[in-house]
Amino acid sequence: MINGLNDLIDIRKKRLPDINARREKPGAAPGWQVLVCTGTGCTSSASHQVREELARQVQLKKVQARVFRTGCFGFCKMGPLVVIYPGQTLYCLVKKEDVAEIVEKHLLEGQVVERLLYEEPASGERKRRLSDIRFFRAQHRVALRNCGLINPEDITEYIACEGYFALADVLLNWTPVQVVDAIKRSGLRGRGGAGFPTGRKWELAAAAEGPVKYVVCNADEGDPGAFMDRSILEGDPHSVLEAMAIAGYAIGAREGYIYVRAEYPIAVDRLERAIAQARQYGLLGRRIFNTNFDFDIDLRLGAGAFVCGEETALLRSAAGERGEPRPRPPYPAQCGLWGKPTLLNNVETYANVPVIIREGPAWFASLGTENSRGTKVFSLAGKVLNTGLIEVPMGTTLRTVVFDIGGGIPEGRQFKAVQTGGPSGGCIPERYLDTPIDYESLKQLGSMMGSGGMIVLDETDCVVDIAKFYLQFSQDESCGQCTPCRVGTRRMLEILERITQGKGEMEDLNELEELSREVMDASLCGLGQTAPNPVLSTLKYFRDEYEAHIRDKRCPAGVCRALLDYVIDEEKCVACGLCARECVAKAIMGEKKGKPYFIDRQKCLKCGACLARCPKGAIYTA
Amino acid sequence: MAGGEKELDEKYRQLDEIIERYGQQEGQLIRILKEAQDIFGYLPEEVQTYIAGKLDLPVSEVNGVVTFYTLFHTEPRGKYGINVCLGTACYVQGARGILDEFRRQLDLHGGDTSADGLFTVKSTRCVGACGLAPVLTVEDEVYGKFRRQDVARLLRKYRRREVTAGDQRAERPDRYPEETAPGH
Repeated sequence: MINGLNDLIDIRKKRLPDINARREKPGAAPGWQVLVCTGTGCTSSASHQVREELARQVQLKKVQARVFRTGCFGFCKMGPLVVIYPGQTLYCLVKKEDVAEIVEKHLLEGQVVERLLYEEPASGERKRRLSDIRFFRAQHRVALRNCGLINPEDITEYIACEGYFALADVLLNWTPVQVVDAIKRSGLRGRGGAGFPTGRKWELAAAAEGPVKYVVCNADEGDPGAFMDRSILEGDPHSVLEAMAIAGYAIGAREGYIYVRAEYPIAVDRLERAIAQARQYGLLGRRIFNTNFDFDIDLRLGAGAFVCGEETALLRSAAGERGEPRPRPPYPAQCGLWGKPTLLNNVETYANVPVIIREGPAWFASLGTENSRGTKVFSLAGKVLNTGLIEVPMGTTLRTVVFDIGGGIPEGRQFKAVQTGGPSGGCIPERYLDTPIDYESLKQLGSMMGSGGMIVLDETDCVVDIAKFYLQFSQDESCGQCTPCRVGTRRMLEILERITQGKGEMEDLNELEELSREVMDASLCGLGQTAPNPVLSTLKYFRDEYEAHIRDKRCPAGVCRALLDYVIDEEKCVACGLCARECVAKAIMGEKKGKPYFIDRQKCLKCGACLARCPKGAIYTA
Repeated sequence: MAGGEKELDEKYRQLDEIIERYGQQEGQLIRILKEAQDIFGYLPEEVQTYIAGKLDLPVSEVNGVVTFYTLFHTEPRGKYGINVCLGTACYVQGARGILDEFRRQLDLHGGDTSADGLFTVKSTRCVGACGLAPVLTVEDEVYGKFRRQDVARLLRKYRRREVTAGDQRAERPDRYPEETAPGH
């Protein structure tokens, strides 16, 4: 039970040697520390088996080593990941069968298991230390500071990393006004979407009248292809709790709610543990740090509705209702959860708060660009060598992210575009790769920061198809309340469908643009207002590709099935006849063990079944 | 069918516990529905009515919430729920083709559940494991770097009920990135 600052200092002192060992600082605890990633990517590749086997063998062979679980290192592509201190040795793609060798060679003999080290694709060089790997070098971790460093299920490790010290400082030495002021001066903007100034939001909530106010955390993360909030919740849940308590003090609230997706079971579980531990330590609940400040946090589950990213919809959903947005004003700061003044921020926004308090607003403001301060977490995915979770200072160029950190496009293919901001964003082509990433510049390019999903597209991706994909998503996720969004996106989708079917006409493009403008102008909430972005940005930068679909009935990327011909490569075909057996249209002709088979274009339904069946990869699309 | 009834009673008993635990708190309807769905496998009308009665809410309101969110379903599902991630990262790596292939091989026209009641195939929102794209889940297991060609094998595996906890990686060995993305 923590009653004052001294109790906090005692815990930190006790656990600091372990953390120092992982930070390679003086005063490190002796013995090996083996860290195993338990983020979603690694867990999905059975990292728990690696961890259990490590723990078992360490005990069996009486090695001077301890095995810890941590949150996401970010290098998801190479998971399961194991990092060993001292030495910061990173082992990639570790399987259960590799454990014996790691224990034997590394932990007992002090040698490195070369074959499990990361190999830089460009040079072929094997890199031993995590910090020597290109993927990590250009990064600057603020929101992710503890992810991959601490055990997210152990509050004392968070405290050892200065956790809850910002809360103590604020409660013991600051006035609420000073807290709001610090957030304002830091220049922090909302990391969930539009980038509203966070300090301004806090100020409005603090100024709202009323005895009951709420602090709410948006942990819904509905963007397809985005997992940064998930990784923070799973890797460092206490940073969010601490920030919410600070926010509660700043605006005069005693209750907080985290609205988290039920589809994120690990995140829900870690949050529940973290809340229980914080209560047990007296860091949530009554009279925190022996002051008059009471604050507690509870979870509310989201159930899979993208529109709940819209704040008014989220608050309704958090109250257990249908997540339908409503017009603003009144803003949540005046009328939010259960009609009470409510401060609503996203996970990543909160994760920055304790650092801003501890290091000072000036330190935070010194990172990033003029209008976009600090760092931003991106989930980098798609056609890029190093997929994963990254954090870079605002103002880093797209090229650095894609080609330096991301390692470029695999298989020697051509870069086509980078899609940012999910269904609310757009595609940015090659000629803008040197654009510094910040809220305004992305918007100027017709895209958006959004929550930070970044999907790299290569020459085999069709932009018409991508636009269709996002629009389909928005169409599915529209709550249906307002006609421009519900019907407008459907009409747009029909046009795109026609184009990918080869039935489009040139006039369709004008109509798409017109509809886009109308949907954007007339929709009630952000979902509809931004839904046309993927269409508009691809139309702007890749109009020729649309035209190829319409005029030449051709999909240059080779994606839109209706526009493709399926062909059998005569060289590769071994005339096994499996494709012909698979073909429901009886469009494939040939004689078993005879000459190569061939496909009758007239009869072919373009279902792709033959391509999937061919054991020799002899069938391709042209 | 005495056994079935007994089983059903047990389920309602579990549901009562959930309602007791969360029913007093404001705004926990979604949580209760989610837990109810975990218990019953889906949310039939009777269960919705039961929850509405216990919470003193109009059935229409409970039903309104159930039908609003994609997490909830009101029809029974197959023994194995296959969820193909259609997040962007998975989509550009060919997830659509994988979904089509499941539908084709299981002969799903209109519905999502195979005729033998074994599989329910659906698309799902981003699983958040984009590094392993394309990804699908079968119940709690995640299969990463999946290819269209792997569909038949996966179905065979579950049909033979040979699934063990350690297989998810073996199912799709480390062939990416040398290969072209599936479905292209």
